[in-house]
Amino acid sequence: MTGYDIAFPPPPPSPAAEALRIEVRAFLAETMRHRTSKERAESWIGVDTAFSRDMGRRGWIGMTWPKAYGGHERSALERYVVVEEMLAAGAPVNAHWIADRQSGPAILKYGTEQQRRDILPRIARGECYFCIGMSEPDSGSDLASARTRAVETADGWRVNGTKLWTSGAHQAHYMILFCKTGGSGDSDRHGGASQFLVDLTLPGISIRPVHALTGEHHFNEVHFTDALLPKDALLGQRGDGWAQVMSELAFERSGPERFLSSFQVFAELVQHAASAPPDRATHMAIGRIAARTAVLRRMSRSVAGMLEAGQDPSLQAALVKDLGNSLEQEIPDIVRAAARGGAHPDLGSDNGLDAALAYTIQHAPSFSLRGGTREILRGIIARGLGLR
Amino acid sequence: MSDLIDTVTRIFADQCTDHVRLAAEAGEWPAHLWQAVEDAGLPLALVDSGAQCLGVSVSDAFAIARLSGHHAVPIPLVETMLANWLMARSSLAPAAGPLVVVMDNAKYVPWGRQAGLLVCQDGRLTHLTAGQGAAGQAQIIREGANIAREPRVHLQIATPEFVSTRPASVALPLDLDTLKLQAAAAALRTAQIAGAIDAATAMTIDYVKTRVQFGKPIGKFQAVQQSVAVLAQHAAASAAAADMAADAFANGIDVPTIAAAKTLASEAAGVVTGLTHQLHGAIGFSQAYALHHRTRRLWSWRDEDGSDAYWSAWLGEHLARQGGKQLWPEITLL
Repeated sequence: MTGYDIAFPPPPPSPAAEALRIEVRAFLAETMRHRTSKERAESWIGVDTAFSRDMGRRGWIGMTWPKAYGGHERSALERYVVVEEMLAAGAPVNAHWIADRQSGPAILKYGTEQQRRDILPRIARGECYFCIGMSEPDSGSDLASARTRAVETADGWRVNGTKLWTSGAHQAHYMILFCKTGGSGDSDRHGGASQFLVDLTLPGISIRPVHALTGEHHFNEVHFTDALLPKDALLGQRGDGWAQVMSELAFERSGPERFLSSFQVFAELVQHAASAPPDRATHMAIGRIAARTAVLRRMSRSVAGMLEAGQDPSLQAALVKDLGNSLEQEIPDIVRAAARGGAHPDLGSDNGLDAALAYTIQHAPSFSLRGGTREILRGIIARGLGLR
Repeated sequence: MSDLIDTVTRIFADQCTDHVRLAAEAGEWPAHLWQAVEDAGLPLALVDSGAQCLGVSVSDAFAIARLSGHHAVPIPLVETMLANWLMARSSLAPAAGPLVVVMDNAKYVPWGRQAGLLVCQDGRLTHLTAGQGAAGQAQIIREGANIAREPRVHLQIATPEFVSTRPASVALPLDLDTLKLQAAAAALRTAQIAGAIDAATAMTIDYVKTRVQFGKPIGKFQAVQQSVAVLAQHAAASAAAADMAADAFANGIDVPTIAAAKTLASEAAGVVTGLTHQLHGAIGFSQAYALHHRTRRLWSWRDEDGSDAYWSAWLGEHLARQGGKQLWPEITLL
C-alpha cells in the first residue's frame, strides 16, 4: 500500500497565548457589550475604524512583525488567539483585516526597506488599510488569465485594466495589485506578472460599488485608466508576481476565519436553548456543530504551528478551508431545523437568532468562493495526493 | 515511539491476514494473533505503573489502538487495554488473556464468551476470569455480533448481592464514574475508527490510481478527484479527533472533549464508508476484496460506546446548560 500522507502535528502549546486570551476576552466583554446580534454576525466583514485603532494601540495588529517596523515580535500562536477571540465575539475587524493577515506580511517579505518603514508602522497602529487586487471580470479562479497590465515608462508604471470583487477598496488606502508586466505570456501562463503597492488616491483609479445580496457595499469594481504608479510601487521582483501571490495563500486559507463565519448563529442557538426546556434534537444540533468546530480548530492551530515553524502547509491549509467552509455553510441549516417555533430570518428582527440567520444565510454562498473556491481547493488536495 | 509502531505494525501485518479475519468471523478464536499481541505486552499499554507497566505513553497506547483499527484486528485488544487500565487503577493485578469491562446493563459485551469479565456494577468492580461464566456467575443470554461479525453478547450477571459477596470486588476509584468509563471506551473506539478510516482511505487512493477506465486511471477524472479530496478531509479530521481523544484520556478522562471526538469520528465513518465504496465501484462490494474488513467495522464502531447521536446530545446538553456567552470559552477547552 503506498497510501497517502497529510499530517496535522499536535498544535504547539503556548502559555503566553493563553495568558493573552484572558486579556483579549476582558477587552471584548467591555467593547462588544452593545453590539447587536446582526452586527456580530457580520464577523470579519464588519468595519469600525475606531475599533481597529483601538486594537492597534493594544498591540494586536502586526503582532508577529519586528519592532523596527511597528510590530510586537509575538508568536503566530499569540496572533492566532487574538484573531479567533475577535471572530468568536463577532468583533468588527474588517478595516485592518487584509493588511494584518496578508498585505503586511507580503511587504515584510518582499518589500524594500523604504516600503516597510513607510507602511508597516501605520498598519500596526490600525490606521492604514489594504485591499487585494487579484480577481478580474474575466479572471476568477483562473488568476493567471488576468489582463490588467502595467507598462514601464520613463517615470514609473502605467496601469490599465479592471479588478473586481475587491473587498473594502472604498475604505482602503492601498491595494496590492497583481497584474501583467511581461510579454503576452503565451509560453508561460505564470510568468510575466508582478505585484505593486498601489496608493488608491492616485489619479486614473476609480472605485465603484458592487452591492452584495444583503444590499451592503463591501465589494467594488476598481478601474485603472492610464494610472501612473511611481517606480518604487513595485513590490518584490518584476516577474515574480505569481510566486509571491501563491505564498500569501497558505496564510489566507487556514485561519479561524475559515470555520467561524457562522459562529454567531451557533451562539444564538445555544443562548435560546439555555432558556428553553431541554430538547434532544436541539442538543444534538449543538453537539454536532461543537464537535466539528473543535476538531477544525485543532487542525487550524496545527497549521498555525507549521507556519510558525517555517514549514509549507499549503495542502493542509486547503483541506482546513474546504472542511471549514462546509461547516460554516451547514450551520444555518442545522440551526433552522433546531430553532424552536421555527426560524423567521429577518435582518431587521429584534430576535437575535433570526437577525443573525438572515445575515449569515445571505453571505454563506461566498464562504466557499472567497480565498479559493471549493472546486479549486479540492483540486489542490487531489494534486497533493498524487492524482494530478 | 516509532520502534513501537514498527513492532506493532509488523505483528499485525504478519499475524492478521484476511484469512485470519475471515476465520474469526466464522467463530474461530485467533489464538496465534492474540499470543503475539500478548507477548508484545500490548494489552498492558495503558497500565502506567506497577511491575506490569509497559512503559509507553497514553499517546503511544492510542497509536496502538489506531493500528488495531487500521489492520482490522479481530481480537478484543482495545477492550483489554481498557480493562487492564481499570484493574491497575483499582489496585487489582492485571490478568493474562483477553478481558472486557462489563457495564451495568451487560448488553452487547465484546467477546463476552471468550474474554474474562471485569464487571462494573453499583460503583464496584468484580473480576471474573474467563470460563467462570459457565459456572453460573455470568450467563450468556443472547449470542450476537456486530456488522463485522465481532462477537457482542448479552450477559446475565447472577444477582446484585452476588457482586458484593465476591472477594475480588473492589470499589471503583474515586475519580472515575460510569460516565467516565463510558467516555474512556469511546476514546479508544475513536482511535480505532480513525485507524480503519486511514486504511480504507489509503486503499481507495491506491485503487483510483491503478483502476483504468476510458483509457486512463479513474483518479485522473476531476469528478473522482473531488470525491477523493472530500474523503481525505474526513480522514484528516477523524485523525485529529483521535488525537483529541488521546489527549482527553491522558487529561483525566475529559468527557466533553471525548464526546466531541467520538461524535466527529462516528459521523466521518458514515461519510468515509460511502465514499470508499463508491470510489471502489463493484469490486469493493465483494467479500474477496479487503475493503469490507474496514467498512463493516466502521459501520459498527460508529454506534458502539456511544453513537454520534448519543455523544452530540450529551455535549449539546452540557453546552446549553452554560448558555451562549460561555459557548466559545467552552469550545476552547475542547
